Amino acid sequence: MALIEFWRSHPSEVMALLWQHLMLVCLSTGIATCIGVPLGIFAARNQRAGAPLVWLANVAQTIPSLAMFGFLLPLPFIGGLGARVATIVLVLYALLPIIRTTSAGLLAIDAALLEAGTALGMTARQRLRIVELPLALPSIVAGIRVAAVIGVGTATIAAAVGAGGLGEYIFRGLSMVDSTMILAGAVPAAVVALTIDGALTLLERSLRSRRSGRRQRRTVGAVVAVGAALAVLGAGVAIAAAFGGRQPSVVRVGSKNFTEQIILGEITAQALERAGVTVERRLNLGGTFICDRAVRSGDIDLYVEYSGTAATAIFKQPVDTDPRRVLATVRRAYADVGITVFEPLGFENTFAILVRGADARRLSLKTIEDVVPHARGWRAGFGYEFLQRADGFPGLASAYGLQFGTPPIAMDLSLIYRALADARVDLVAGDATSGLIRALDLVMLEDSKRYFPPYDAAVVARSETLLANPRVKEALDALSGRITIADIRAMNHAVDAERHDPATVAREFLARVR
Amino acid sequence: MSTSQILGYSPVVIAFSDVHLARGGTPVLRGVTFAVEAGETLVLVGRSGAGKSSILKLINRMLVPDAGTIEVNGRQTTDTDGVALRRAAGYVIQEVALFPHLTVRDNVALVPRLLGWDETRVRSRVDELLGLVGLPPDEFAARMPGEVSGGQRQRVGVARALAGDPPILLMDEPFGALDPVTRTELHEEFRRIQRLVKKTTILVTHDMLEAFALGDRIGVLHDGDMAALDTPSGIATSRDPRVRALLAPLAELATLLPALTHGLTRWP
Repeated sequence: MALIEFWRSHPSEVMALLWQHLMLVCLSTGIATCIGVPLGIFAARNQRAGAPLVWLANVAQTIPSLAMFGFLLPLPFIGGLGARVATIVLVLYALLPIIRTTSAGLLAIDAALLEAGTALGMTARQRLRIVELPLALPSIVAGIRVAAVIGVGTATIAAAVGAGGLGEYIFRGLSMVDSTMILAGAVPAAVVALTIDGALTLLERSLRSRRSGRRQRRTVGAVVAVGAALAVLGAGVAIAAAFGGRQPSVVRVGSKNFTEQIILGEITAQALERAGVTVERRLNLGGTFICDRAVRSGDIDLYVEYSGTAATAIFKQPVDTDPRRVLATVRRAYADVGITVFEPLGFENTFAILVRGADARRLSLKTIEDVVPHARGWRAGFGYEFLQRADGFPGLASAYGLQFGTPPIAMDLSLIYRALADARVDLVAGDATSGLIRALDLVMLEDSKRYFPPYDAAVVARSETLLANPRVKEALDALSGRITIADIRAMNHAVDAERHDPATVAREFLARVR
Repeated sequence: MSTSQILGYSPVVIAFSDVHLARGGTPVLRGVTFAVEAGETLVLVGRSGAGKSSILKLINRMLVPDAGTIEVNGRQTTDTDGVALRRAAGYVIQEVALFPHLTVRDNVALVPRLLGWDETRVRSRVDELLGLVGLPPDEFAARMPGEVSGGQRQRVGVARALAGDPPILLMDEPFGALDPVTRTELHEEFRRIQRLVKKTTILVTHDMLEAFALGDRIGVLHDGDMAALDTPSGIATSRDPRVRALLAPLAELATLLPALTHGLTRWP
């Protein structure tokens, strides 16, 4: 029942994901058929050359799908875009059954029939078209059926790389420990798999029985059955959706899956509760992508996002370093999808160029520019990503004319603050809001040339929720500009290092600022 | 001087001259020479593996000889395009080999369609041929091969081979898989059809009785050699032990025949 309730409350999203899922499977199976059938013909013709081909397809099949997605994602041309990677992975998985059944179907044809074809004066091509492919067709269809069913299953995993589809509910449900949401994705996926399997089995059987008569009608029947089943599935979801509605009285607060976000989620939730709003917490949801989908679909009403992240990661805008301009861009883009961006909370979670407090005081270092004259004798430590990315160290170095005597050391982010404090390195790039900055007496140098894009933290909330409940807007407006960088560092430190409960930390903060 | 020039009066359609063929290292034909005249039915008999089927496949270039020459209509097969050669030589295959996914009509229409005939002509040709082989098109054309009896399939096979109106007909044990009664019926049928169409025919069988029933001439193949090539009466009186061996079952039947006839007449 909760499941039907869920579908009813997410009508357009369910349809969109179902459609994405079907398109992903149809497209990949289609491409795999176009590639696999010729390869299968080739494998049947030259068995010596065909064997390694089948072996390769076999190997592709044994790679766990999640590993395959992870493997392809960073590759140039192939990787990057979720849907593209997903399509390629699904095609790779679909190839083996199709190649195999095509070649097996061709090899199973009675030699007398092949001889008859040649003896009647068919060219090799005519024989393939008139005799071989039609006779191998049931076998080929069987391969396509297997490929499509595998595809429906694998496509759910494609959500992990942002390809969408029904797997998105499964992943979102898993991270929210919401079994209803998991089922909301898993059930339609299973129905799609069963429908495709059943329909293609029917088609395959009708093709086989063709030889003993009663042709065509059954083939048509099978195709109609596929269409009808999919139509019923779609209609069911649509009807469930049409009767949908949601209670606006509860406000759902979400957050990403790291300490600072959980603290911010608690702060916003408690601020709302103080204003008499009923709150449901959906904290620790997952990454940026999951939170964004959740707020757009109405699974949550609000969460805290960072302006630069929204601009680049969500709306795919080019990097811009002007904070007001970035905020304005993000506001406009969010407005188009029915989401309001509040005034920033008051701090920025950006890259922080850090030095030891003692050095800063001794050399009176305030900005990154101040480091330039000393850099020759210094050693820097950066995270792997920061070191590699063009918008990381290479860009920073050229923006400030920064040159170190020895090449920077690559190290894990979690070790970087301690390495600086222990003087193993003299300068690092860390996280501006890290609680360790104060704890280890480190100093963040000002990015005076505004090399890093702004990452102002701000609440993003569904506009319809704000309209339905003016107290929500009031309570959130009251938070604008109230959380300083020092506040958030202290709170991060309290939770990470001192093991305080985020809810308690948030409560103490709110008590202090009121 | 070519074989066709030696054999005077009736035009020679197929001429083998000293043809050698080996398959998988074993010799199949060892210097076979013969000629078939236009409109003639030559039946090749011999035990299994005597090289009968290979002779048919050499004619339509599904095989190429190792030595010697084969001329079809005065041109060496090695100088002729295989596909064209096959379309000019109807082939009735051993296991009939009708395409199971095509209707009787589409099976018969195959060669005319390959030859690019227009559909109306194809249709009337199929109806004509099904009528010729004794299968009323209204009843049989739309059926699948799996829906007709073994004898009817053989008839469809013959119709398919004749469909493109080829001057040559090659038949590889066309009535092999049939019961004796149906087989006798089809022999009758074949002679009737052959009187009408007068194709130059080479028919391969291991059944001497069939050879006598159908052949204008009979060639006896033994271990890749043409042991005898003569009219049925010439073969019947041959003293060649290789020929006599094949005639033995018939001789046995002949000795039994009076007893059989006697037995039958005693029934009321």
